Amino acid sequence: MSDTTYALEARNITKRFGRVQALHGISLNLKPGEMLGILGDNGAGKSTLMKILSGFHAPSSGELLVNGQQVAFESVDHARSHGIECVYQDLALVNTLSVYHNMFLNRELRKPGTPFLDHKAMRERAAAALADIGVNVPSVDEEVGMLSGGQRQAIAIARAVSSNARVLLLDEPLAAMGAREAGMIIALIERLKARGDVSLIMIAHNYAQTLDVADKVMMVQRGTCTFEGRSAETSVMELLDIVKREYRAAAQ
Amino acid sequence: MNKTKATLPTLLLRKPEASILLAGIVLVIVFQILTPNFFTDANLQTVSQFFAPWTLIACGEIMLLIAGEVDLSVGQVFALAPFIMHFAMLAGLPVILGVIVALLVSALLGLFIGVITVRFGVPSFITTLGAMLLFNGLTLTISGGFPIDTPAGATGFVLGGWDYSEILWAVVIALGMHVMLRHTRWGLHTVAVGGNPTGAAEAGIHIRRIKIGNFMLCSLLGGFAGILNAFHVTSIDPNAGGANVMFLAIASAVIGGTSLMGGSGTILGGLIGAAVLGILQDGFTLLGINAFTFDIITGAAILITMISNVQFAAWRRRSRT
Ligand SMILES: Nc1ncnc2c1ncn2[C@@H]1O[C@H](COP(=O)(O)OP(=O)(O)OP(=O)(O)O)[C@@H](O)[C@H]1O
Ligand SMILES: [Mg+2]
Repeated sequence: MSDTTYALEARNITKRFGRVQALHGISLNLKPGEMLGILGDNGAGKSTLMKILSGFHAPSSGELLVNGQQVAFESVDHARSHGIECVYQDLALVNTLSVYHNMFLNRELRKPGTPFLDHKAMRERAAAALADIGVNVPSVDEEVGMLSGGQRQAIAIARAVSSNARVLLLDEPLAAMGAREAGMIIALIERLKARGDVSLIMIAHNYAQTLDVADKVMMVQRGTCTFEGRSAETSVMELLDIVKREYRAAAQ
Repeated sequence: MNKTKATLPTLLLRKPEASILLAGIVLVIVFQILTPNFFTDANLQTVSQFFAPWTLIACGEIMLLIAGEVDLSVGQVFALAPFIMHFAMLAGLPVILGVIVALLVSALLGLFIGVITVRFGVPSFITTLGAMLLFNGLTLTISGGFPIDTPAGATGFVLGGWDYSEILWAVVIALGMHVMLRHTRWGLHTVAVGGNPTGAAEAGIHIRRIKIGNFMLCSLLGGFAGILNAFHVTSIDPNAGGANVMFLAIASAVIGGTSLMGGSGTILGGLIGAAVLGILQDGFTLLGINAFTFDIITGAAILITMISNVQFAAWRRRSRT
């Protein structure tokens, strides 16, 4: 092993939900500023892996290290305090709350020295953060339930990005996006990468897009890692072959 | 920002509080025309004493409904709390401490049902239905089934002795709860927990803590309302409150615009809803309509508002997209 300290490292993570073994021992690492793309079938365990990295689930076994230090996350807040922020596949938005309340969910700003929310400051900062990314919403006062799928996704991403996280976990951030909006999010990811201090993990189903934007990719199938490689040295055909091989093996 | 013009129709559309307020004003005018004595001091006292108890309880139920839960047993805490106060005083405590002990016990009862609901994942409809019987049995056992007199003194006067004590407490607490719901993290997280439990948990909100806290708050308010009411009628009655006051509280909440699906609600709407139910009950009494007819009419009114609430919310959504 080299003496690099990884921003985030996972060693041999397993996760069992009752009788379902979702993860069979997955390892990954991320250098500061690096981006990993995770590909794989539906139900393969990708989201479960993300939720372990974000502190939402505790792993059944395995180790997590942040900046070379072993950690055992007790909660999402705990992971957050280590600079890890996640955009969940279901977006974790509350439909009956306004855009700006969602942007600050569980990180609310309060008027100094009081228990009272500073709605004004949150509204302004939310609007600024959305404008910064180029997200188009009618008003930050609008209830999130009134917005389109793509707009909702953009808000969830904007929330994570504006939190100044060191490690950003994105679970299918492009799923509900139109081509223009997806392009906008990819541009945002590229800007973050150019800054060089944010490490990213992105789950996606589009191989070409993922190879294009990520530095390296891994394939997760049935709870195990079946492929790992640098994006520059990997082709879409190669990934498709792996899926086909796995599919044939399963069929027999 | 697309500011909607504050014309009456748009206000009625956007704010559920506005439509119930309008209904209340119309009712007051109708009753004042039909009966000469609606706006007399004596009648205003009667009205306010009518709805003060279920206003307090509605505040607690609104928080629970927003969080996606309900408490059916709060009317039994209403009856039990004054007895706890009585026995604390028999044990030698002064009135004020007796009240505090009773409030603590009320909150503990809320903790009890909250923990059972949340830990075992039983719907609160079921847990609190059980608790309803349990608490009622407790009250009947410790009281022997007989009413007793409330203690005399200043504490009792402040709590429920003065003619407008109860309503003053109810309105002040409702305003405080409104601020809590709209302007504190607790209120915002309550909405989040009811609106999207999984999402709230993913955002790191402790959903169990929020739910249990709101169960405790609701029971506490139920106990407090029971104590105020006991001092007001100067009698501690094991049959006070009960399902009736709980039902009126939930009806006030829903009439005021709180969703039964969780994730949205308003304390101010509940306050107005409670007042409207009080005005209805009082107006019918003044008109000499008997209690059975009253039940039929309020029952129907509640059903209609509940249905229109659901329809209206759906329509409001459609009309804005
Ligand atoms: N909380 C849970 N309780 C029980 N089983 C779960 C839970 N979460 C996930 N699973 C199971 O774990 C397995 C992996 O699910 P996961 O959501 O991680 O898949 P995924 O790779 O993200 O799939 P997709 O591409 O469809 O999002 C599935 O079999 C799923 O049913
Ligand atoms: Mg997934």
